[in-house]
Amino acid sequence: MYCKLVLVLAVMLSHGSVWAESIGVSSKGADIFKKCQACHQVGEGAKNRVGPQLNNIFGRTAGGLPGAKYSKSMIQAGEAGLVWNNETLNSFIENPKRLIAKTRMSFRGLRKENDRENLLLYLSEFSKDDTKIKVLKKFTKNNDHSVDPSILSIVGDSEYGEYLASECKACHQNSGANVGIPGINAWPTKDFVIVMHAYKQKQKPHPVMQMMAGRLSNEEIAALAVYFKDLE
Amino acid sequence: MKLNRRIFMGNGVIAATTLATPTVFANGHGKPRVVVVGGGAGGATAARYIAKDSKGKINVTLIEPSRMYYTCFFSNLYLGGVKAIDDLGHSYGKMAAGGVNVVHDWAVGVDRDTKTVALASGDTVPYDKLILSPGIDFIKDAVDGWNLSSQNAMPHAYKGGSQTELLKAQIASMPQGGTYAMVAPPNPYRCPPGPYERVSMVAHYLKSNNPTAKIIVADPKPKFSKQGLFQEGWAKHYDGMIEWISSDFGGGNVSVDPDAMTVTIDGAMVKVDVCNVIPAMKAGRIAELAGVTEGNFAPVNASDMSSKANADIYVLGDASHQGDMPKSGFSANSQAKVCANAVRGSLTGSKVFPAKFSNTCWSLIHKNDGIKVGATYKATDEKIAKVDGFISATNESADLRKATYEESEGWYAGITADMFG
Ligand SMILES: Cc1cc2nc3c(=O)[nH]c(=O)nc-3n(C[C@H](O)[C@H](O)[C@H](O)COP(=O)(O)OP(=O)(O)OC[C@H]3O[C@@H](n4cnc5c(N)ncnc54)[C@H](O)[C@@H]3O)c2cc1C
Repeated sequence: MYCKLVLVLAVMLSHGSVWAESIGVSSKGADIFKKCQACHQVGEGAKNRVGPQLNNIFGRTAGGLPGAKYSKSMIQAGEAGLVWNNETLNSFIENPKRLIAKTRMSFRGLRKENDRENLLLYLSEFSKDDTKIKVLKKFTKNNDHSVDPSILSIVGDSEYGEYLASECKACHQNSGANVGIPGINAWPTKDFVIVMHAYKQKQKPHPVMQMMAGRLSNEEIAALAVYFKDLE
Repeated sequence: MKLNRRIFMGNGVIAATTLATPTVFANGHGKPRVVVVGGGAGGATAARYIAKDSKGKINVTLIEPSRMYYTCFFSNLYLGGVKAIDDLGHSYGKMAAGGVNVVHDWAVGVDRDTKTVALASGDTVPYDKLILSPGIDFIKDAVDGWNLSSQNAMPHAYKGGSQTELLKAQIASMPQGGTYAMVAPPNPYRCPPGPYERVSMVAHYLKSNNPTAKIIVADPKPKFSKQGLFQEGWAKHYDGMIEWISSDFGGGNVSVDPDAMTVTIDGAMVKVDVCNVIPAMKAGRIAELAGVTEGNFAPVNASDMSSKANADIYVLGDASHQGDMPKSGFSANSQAKVCANAVRGSLTGSKVFPAKFSNTCWSLIHKNDGIKVGATYKATDEKIAKVDGFISATNESADLRKATYEESEGWYAGITADMFG
C-alpha cells in the first residue's frame, strides 16, 4: 500500500523527487528485476552469469562488457553504435527480439510501460552518476518505440513516395527479393514508419539505414510507407 | 520516318528486318523524345525510369554499342576468384519490354542546333532531351610510355569486360614469385576505392596460387579512400606482399615500357610480369563532342543534372562534374533518378520532386572481409553537396565484416535489377 502510494506520487510529479525514486519506485523495480535474476546480477559483487552483470549498464556499449557472453548480433549492434540508455533499453526490454533479432536473451519482454520504467529506474541506481536516470521520463503510451501518434497519423503522398523509393531500390529490390538485403514490399504502413523512425533516432543499428532515414522528414517517411505498402 | 537498320528490339532481334514497317521511331510520333547515350549505371537507369514512369508518354531511345554490359563493380571480386565473369554480365533484353528502344550503336556526334545525335552507322536520332552517360575515357599521355595500343600488354581493366578478363588471365599466368605492378590514377577517377580493392583481390588470388608473388603500387596520390581500413586488412591478410609507393616517395614519377615489361618508379626500373596501368581519366569522348565539357568533365546543375552549357543536355555519372559525390555506380544510379524525374517533368508536366542523392561503396579486402563508406547529398546552387556520411571502423569483428560483404551482394543484385529491369 505504501509502495503504491509513492508510485502514484512519483508519476504525478513528473519531475519526481529523489526520495520517491530511490525508495518507492525502485523497490517496485527491484520486484520486477526478479524476472531477470535467473540470468542477470546487479549490485555489489555482481558477476556475469548466463547474461552480463548489469552494473553500469547505462552508457555501456551493447555487447561491450569483457568476459560476458553475447550473441554475434548483439556485438554487431554495439559495433554499429548501439549504446544502452533510457530509450534503447526501453525498446530492448519491451521486445528483445525486435531490436536484436538473434539475441541470446530468451525473454519475451515487458509489455507494460510502467514495468519497464520501474525496472530501468531500479537498474539506473547501479550506474555511474552521469548516466543515471535522474527523473522518471515518460515513454510513449503505445508499444511503438518512441513514435509520436501524430507522426503515425500522417497520411503519405504515394506519388512522392514512389520518387523517394527509387533511392531505396538501389539496394532493396523492386521484386521484393531477399538477397543479402531484405525485401521491403507490402509492409503495413505503421510498421514501416516505426522502423524508419527507429533508424532515424538511431535506436535501431545500421549505419546505411540510419543515414538514409536520418535525412527523411516525417512526411517523407509516411510517403514511403504508403508507396511500399502497395508494392507486391 | 526512314527505315533504320541499326535498331534492335530486346536481345539482338533486328526489328527493321522482321517488321513490315519501321515502328520504333514512328511509334513515338508526336511524343517527346528522350535519347540516352550509354547504357551503364547512369544511362540504363535513366532510360528505364523515364520509360517506366512516363507510361508511354515519352519515346525513350538508348544508344549503347555493347549487347552485354559487364559491370566494373564486382570486377575486382572476379580477379580475386570470388565471382565468375558470368556473374558480371547483364543483357539489355528486358529493357525493350520496359518500353525502351535499345539501339546498339556508337554515338559519334551531337548537333545541338538540329537536336540530333549522329550514330556510327550513319543514322541520326532526333531528341528533345539528350542524356549523356558515357562513363570515362583515358587522358592521352597521362602515363609516360603508355597509350591505348599498349592496353593489351598493360591492361587498365578500368572499363568492364574484355579488359578485366585479360588482366585476370595475365595474373593467372604470372611465374611463381613474380611481380604485379599497378600504376594508380590521380584524382578524380571512377571508384575511389577501386584500385585498392583490386590490390586486395589480386593479393587474395596470389596468396593461394602464387604466395611468393609481390605487388607494387605506384601512386600519384599521398593518400587514398578507406586507406586505414585497407592497410589494416593488408597487414592482416597479406603481410609483406604489398608495397604501396605514395607520391611522397616518388610514386607519381612513373614511366612504363610495354615492350620490355618494365616500370620505372622515381628512377628505379623494375621488371614486372603484369602491369596494370590505370591512367588519368576524363569524361567519355561523346561529352566532349557534344560541347558540354569544361576541362576533363562536364559541369552540371545539381538540381537536375542538366549541363551548364546546354539546357537540353544532361550528363550523368562518371562523365559529369557535379561536386562532392564520388564517381561510382551507386552515384550514377542515384543521379539518374533525379534526372529522370526532372526530364519527365519538363516534357510531360509531371510533378518534379526535390533532388536527393546518396552513395555507398562496399569494398572487399579478403573473402568475407567487407567494408563500406557512404554519404547522402543534396543539391545546392553551386554543386551536389555532402550532407552526412559514415565509414566502417578499423578492428571490426569478422562477423560484422562478413555481414557487410553479404550486404554488398544484396546491393549488387539490387542495383543491376534497378538498371536493367
Ligand atoms: C574496378 C572497378 C570497381 C568498381 N566498383 C564499384 C563499386 O563497388 N560500386 C560502385 O558503385 N561503383 C564501382 N565502380 C564504378 C562504376 O563502375 C562507375 O562509376 C559507373 O559504371 C559509372 O556509370 P556511368 O553510367 O557513368 O558509366 P558506365 O557504367 O561506364 O557506362 C557507360 C556506357 O556508355 C557506353 N558508351 C560510351 N561511349 C558511348 C558512345 N559514344 N555511344 C554510345 N555508348 C557509349 C559504354 O559502352 C558504357 O556501356 C567500379 C569501377 C571500377 C573500374
